[in-house]
Amino acid sequence: MNASGGTQPFLFDCRQAFAETLIALAKEDERIVAVCNDSVGSSNLGEFQKLFPDRVINVGIAEQNMVGVGAGLANGGYLPFVCGAAPFLTGRALEQIKADVAYNGYPVTLCGMSPGMAYGELGPTHHSIEDLSWLRAIDGLAVVVPADPAQTRAAVRWAAASATPAFLRIGRTKVPSVTPEASDAFAFGRIDTLRNGNDVTIAATGVLVSRALQAADVLAERGLKARVLNVSTIKPIDEAAIISAACETGAIVTVEEAMVEGGMGAAIAEIVVRHAPVPMRMLGVKGFAPTGSAEFLLDHFGLNCEGIVAAALELKDP
Amino acid sequence: MSLAPGTERAAQLISPLSPTMEPDDRTNRLRAEATRVRRSVVEMIGHARMGHIGGDLSSADILTTLFFAVLRLDPAVPTAPGRDRFILSKGHCAAALYSTLALRGFMPVEALSTFMQPQSALNGHPNRRKVPGVEANTGPLGHGLPIGVGAAIAAKLAKASWRTFVVLGDGELQEGSNWEAAMCAGHRRLDNLIAIVDRNRLQQGARTEDTNQLEPLADRWRSFGWETIECDGHDHAALYKAFTTSSVGRPRCVIARTLKGKGVSFIEDRVEWHHKVPSREQIELALKELV
Repeated sequence: MNASGGTQPFLFDCRQAFAETLIALAKEDERIVAVCNDSVGSSNLGEFQKLFPDRVINVGIAEQNMVGVGAGLANGGYLPFVCGAAPFLTGRALEQIKADVAYNGYPVTLCGMSPGMAYGELGPTHHSIEDLSWLRAIDGLAVVVPADPAQTRAAVRWAAASATPAFLRIGRTKVPSVTPEASDAFAFGRIDTLRNGNDVTIAATGVLVSRALQAADVLAERGLKARVLNVSTIKPIDEAAIISAACETGAIVTVEEAMVEGGMGAAIAEIVVRHAPVPMRMLGVKGFAPTGSAEFLLDHFGLNCEGIVAAALELKDP
Repeated sequence: MSLAPGTERAAQLISPLSPTMEPDDRTNRLRAEATRVRRSVVEMIGHARMGHIGGDLSSADILTTLFFAVLRLDPAVPTAPGRDRFILSKGHCAAALYSTLALRGFMPVEALSTFMQPQSALNGHPNRRKVPGVEANTGPLGHGLPIGVGAAIAAKLAKASWRTFVVLGDGELQEGSNWEAAMCAGHRRLDNLIAIVDRNRLQQGARTEDTNQLEPLADRWRSFGWETIECDGHDHAALYKAFTTSSVGRPRCVIARTLKGKGVSFIEDRVEWHHKVPSREQIELALKELV
């Protein structure tokens, strides 16, 4: 199934896949615990809590303590998944993420729920659009953005198995499935090529991957074969895939639900300028959002099929 | 340089000074170890020409009481799962911690001369991945207690008997994260967690009470659900009793009344000695006093 078919595709909330996988893991491994900030509901931990009441540590509305507690649980031999709304987890506890988790090297998985502009009308205080920039700059912290439920399941399993400091961006915006249900839906550090083409590259992440596929269909109608990359590991970034895309397509559009300053597009640009300079267009959030739904805001910032097509055409025919 | 002892054997988790030894003997031994730590701190800071001498000296009696008479550890197996956890939240007092760890056998005493030298494992703030015996990389203030709360929850979940001790500066209690953690520990009744406040009443720029008032400090901890006692932070017998009395169903806070710079007359209780470095002559004078 792809997102551009004539019929409306099924849409999924990645939090459900996250919660199901965490429960499955917890049944296999008693070291798995969840830590949250009064977010049992919004982190979809209700079922986990029913099954493992002692293994949900709800510290209340206190994100700095929440991340420190995660590090302490790791010190005590546990594998904590620290869950909170992405803007508060990353913004409020940034120093704890840097010092307590990354610098200590504790195997804590930070789960940023409802990232980007998923909270729509609640406004910029509740949008997590800086997280990719902030967290990319922290040494030793993996930054992972699954694009759909299959990737979410695989990424949660990867996080538990790798036992490394990591941030998972778990979307609440409903998305179609973009990857086949397979055990390697996600491989840490790998960019997946979802569509082959040599005229232009569209590199997208998270909820915007399905829109990149739609844009590729529109471009194909205009005779342009776009390569679509799903960048699900933002850090460390897959340099080889980026260099190939730059060399073979000669132009790159990046699309992310985050500030472009320092985000996924910037990570790609850092590779491109060093190894294979080609023209780029970087689409992302351009400042504090006006009032509107998540869907409205994505359109507002041109993070949709039309915006991606326009950017690709501009690169090919300036 | 590797500081890891690297032997493989079953851990023997004990404190060197037995709980059954004569109290006076224990106090005498602890006093001697604390003097060694203070001399070491002065020499390390004198050599490095950097460091936080005031807080190092105020915490020396707390650290030696913990590491020699309370904490169940095995320096040969520094990450044994059943060890007691010790977290120095006031990470800037790393020289006192390193000196205590070396005297306790976690690293060679000779390593202390590398303090803050290029590529030394002994950074100005402790790093658990470089220094055996360090549980948490601290330095930014207000981080140790949340980590300690997490460790204490881990022991409860595992139904393990090891305990967690966190030493906090008093100035750092102005960081809100400590009170998030204090509220959480009180709510969860973590009676395997002991917080020790090095209450020297001075912070970097001025007295705590002239900067952002902490008093009534004991009442504040009590109101967060902690069994709280105050004692002389330089009296080893009082500290030993405070650290070994169990508090059933509540976390425990020991407010240790100390003097910043304790043991060196011209440094004691003076704001300007937060991280001032003594001259060669002052080092000589300090070492003469520390016997």
